[in-house]
Amino acid sequence: MAAPKKAAASTPQDKTNGGSPPEFTREQELKALRDMLLIRRFEEKAGQLYGMGAIGGFCHLYIGQEAVVVGMQMALKLGDQVITGYRDHGHMLATGMEAKGVMAELTGRRGGYSKGKGGSMHMFSKEKHFYGGHGIVGAQVSLGTGLAFANHYRGNDNVSVTYFGDGAANQGQVYESFNMAELWKLPVIYVIENNRYAMGTSVSRASAQQDFSKRGASFNIPGKQVDGMDVRAVKAAGDEAAAWCRAGKGPYILEMQTYRYRGHSMSDPAKYRTREEVEKVRHDQDPIEQVRNRLLAAKVSEQDLKAIDAEVRDIVNASADFAQHDPEPDAAELWTDIYR
Amino acid sequence: MPIQVLMPALSPTMEKGNLAKWLKKEGETIKSGDVIAEIETDKATMEVEATDEGTLGRILIPEGTADVAVNTPIATILADGETAADLAKAPAPAKQEKAAESAPPAAAKAEAPQPKAAPSAPQTVTEPDPEVPEGTEMVTQTIREALRDAMAEEMRRDADVFVMGEEVAEYQGAYKVTQGLLQEFGAKRVIDTPITEHGFAGIGVGAAMTGLKPVVEFMTFNFAMQAIDQIINSAAKTLYMSGGQMGCSIVFRGPNGAAARVAAQHSQDYSSWYSNVPGLKVVAPFSAADYKGLLKAAIRDPNPVIFLENEVLYGHTGAVPKLDDFVIPIGKARIVRSGSHVTIISWSNGMTYALKAADELAKDGIEAEVIDLRTLRPMDTETIVNSVKKTGRAVTVEEGWAQSGVGAEIAARIMENAFDYLDAPVARVSGKDVPMPYAANLEKLALPSAAEVVEAAKAVCYR
Repeated sequence: MAAPKKAAASTPQDKTNGGSPPEFTREQELKALRDMLLIRRFEEKAGQLYGMGAIGGFCHLYIGQEAVVVGMQMALKLGDQVITGYRDHGHMLATGMEAKGVMAELTGRRGGYSKGKGGSMHMFSKEKHFYGGHGIVGAQVSLGTGLAFANHYRGNDNVSVTYFGDGAANQGQVYESFNMAELWKLPVIYVIENNRYAMGTSVSRASAQQDFSKRGASFNIPGKQVDGMDVRAVKAAGDEAAAWCRAGKGPYILEMQTYRYRGHSMSDPAKYRTREEVEKVRHDQDPIEQVRNRLLAAKVSEQDLKAIDAEVRDIVNASADFAQHDPEPDAAELWTDIYR
Repeated sequence: MPIQVLMPALSPTMEKGNLAKWLKKEGETIKSGDVIAEIETDKATMEVEATDEGTLGRILIPEGTADVAVNTPIATILADGETAADLAKAPAPAKQEKAAESAPPAAAKAEAPQPKAAPSAPQTVTEPDPEVPEGTEMVTQTIREALRDAMAEEMRRDADVFVMGEEVAEYQGAYKVTQGLLQEFGAKRVIDTPITEHGFAGIGVGAAMTGLKPVVEFMTFNFAMQAIDQIINSAAKTLYMSGGQMGCSIVFRGPNGAAARVAAQHSQDYSSWYSNVPGLKVVAPFSAADYKGLLKAAIRDPNPVIFLENEVLYGHTGAVPKLDDFVIPIGKARIVRSGSHVTIISWSNGMTYALKAADELAKDGIEAEVIDLRTLRPMDTETIVNSVKKTGRAVTVEEGWAQSGVGAEIAARIMENAFDYLDAPVARVSGKDVPMPYAANLEKLALPSAAEVVEAAKAVCYR
């Protein structure tokens, strides 16, 4: 019953400049901790609800990758757009969408962000400039480039942060989009979340060029590999990329080296990697523990950290409660929102 | 014997062109490969190269002549040793009857083609368009010009409207539909894309999600198969998936269906594909006025609209109302000819066969009511059903394939809504169930014909 032996995969690390990323202020550390914890506890709860049958269909959890969206969000300003694929709950919470509305969408209730008609993979918030939530691998890359096109057309200095995974990075439309983004100098940050597995296929089995920061090289798009487990490194890279885009220099690629602890979706037994591999990343590189340890080292009291834990748990529990008691959409909703 | 230079066919659908300019004078020496003239087709200005050597003996068609039919002799070249006296010996033109169609020289050298003698709207249209107020002044325009004007008017009206696609700007449109838009609106709003349908369709949808109103031109809808995921999964479904929060106002337009002699990969009719999808509106007009009024409506529509054009029709002219703001509502069919014996339902170029057939049928005493559907989704079931209740018989005409086609859908709706009124089963005339062949005779067989429509109409009338 032993799992097949896996080649030792290299662990994510910052290859940007060798040194440690710039320190966060205490406020930044606390905010990062709180936001990452919210995502983790939310996802754990979503996993539970899925197990209870309250959530159906596909459900892709973000656990392990929290530093990517939280760090990137810290580099953004009002009006910047965010778009991603189907592993999207973390992105939504990071943009400030309410846990309640997200969880109720997962359970298919009327109080969900899409009135229960979108589900896990299809949620949007105009107010928070979150453009989904897309179920077709790679489609969000062209769409996100279109968001950047709109910024360029309108002459504002907002950027589009377009997330996709190491699997989507092999789709053709990604490169069509790279070409036009650089050609037209569109303000888009392509954040490639390299969590090392496209469903069950490791990067080495699917990608001829495994350094994703180089995927824009033939279009002259600059790229950087970033330790996606260190929220400070993510924010620093995000700042740099955003400044590049806002200065009108065109797109920028950030390869976030990260890891998902859970399976691809809830139905994935994850036989393609060893338990030890997962445990090692969790133990050595967990993005939340990194921040917690730094805060403790900086003499923030356990008490203060527990207060954050409690606040986050309250939010998540309230969202789960709401999501299980909110009514299902009215039958008449079947026929609405097809045209406007 | 002097050599005749004939008006060349410079595109698959070209039937005539304007002789814009002679670059050689009578008496000048010509070498093979010399550019001797410039021809304006309805798509582009092309250079004519000499394939023979000698002296330009006589120019038969002066520059500035519009609508010179393909294969008309335009000049004669004298071989070495021949003189002007030999000109009379030139062979007769290959197609005399075509040459006779040539129009007299235009007064001024037209920048854009104005084919006065181009095929115009069939005489068989008998019913006035209820969307056009009585007494409205009409201008004669090609469908190509009507489309261009529709886009230009909407771009003047709304700064959020822009046009993107392959060759839409500097080239002036692969089929010249976007002619002049770059000059008026600049490169920011008339955007040449690389050849990347999937990518630029997605970029258009993304831009539309923020509230911009892109008009995305596909050089033909055949190439939109590369982009169909973005059209359906992103454009058509997002409004629903977002619970009404986020939709997109976007038009995907371009020629659809068979052009002429471009074979299977460039000749497919996508009417039924797109009309299958909730969230999309699908428009496929026939007349120049409808092309204009419906494209304006499509650009204003807050939903994604598939606007299916037809390359064969681009050069056709029709009367377009001279109104400041002529918009035809999406979703309304039009009865273009009234009759009491049989209802013929079609759209886009299918109307060509339908109207011809109606003329033929009238000679046999069968009065066909012809409905131009104009919009395929939402489909104007009411107009169809009311007509069938009157006639008791129906024939659908489409260039696309029959299986799961629009004709099948129309037949089902008639059955569902007017079964008791039917005196015969609904008949379908469609493209044959084969990929489009290249050979001219086979291509003709693959497409529907007026004769097939006549036959089907007679069959449902038990004649």
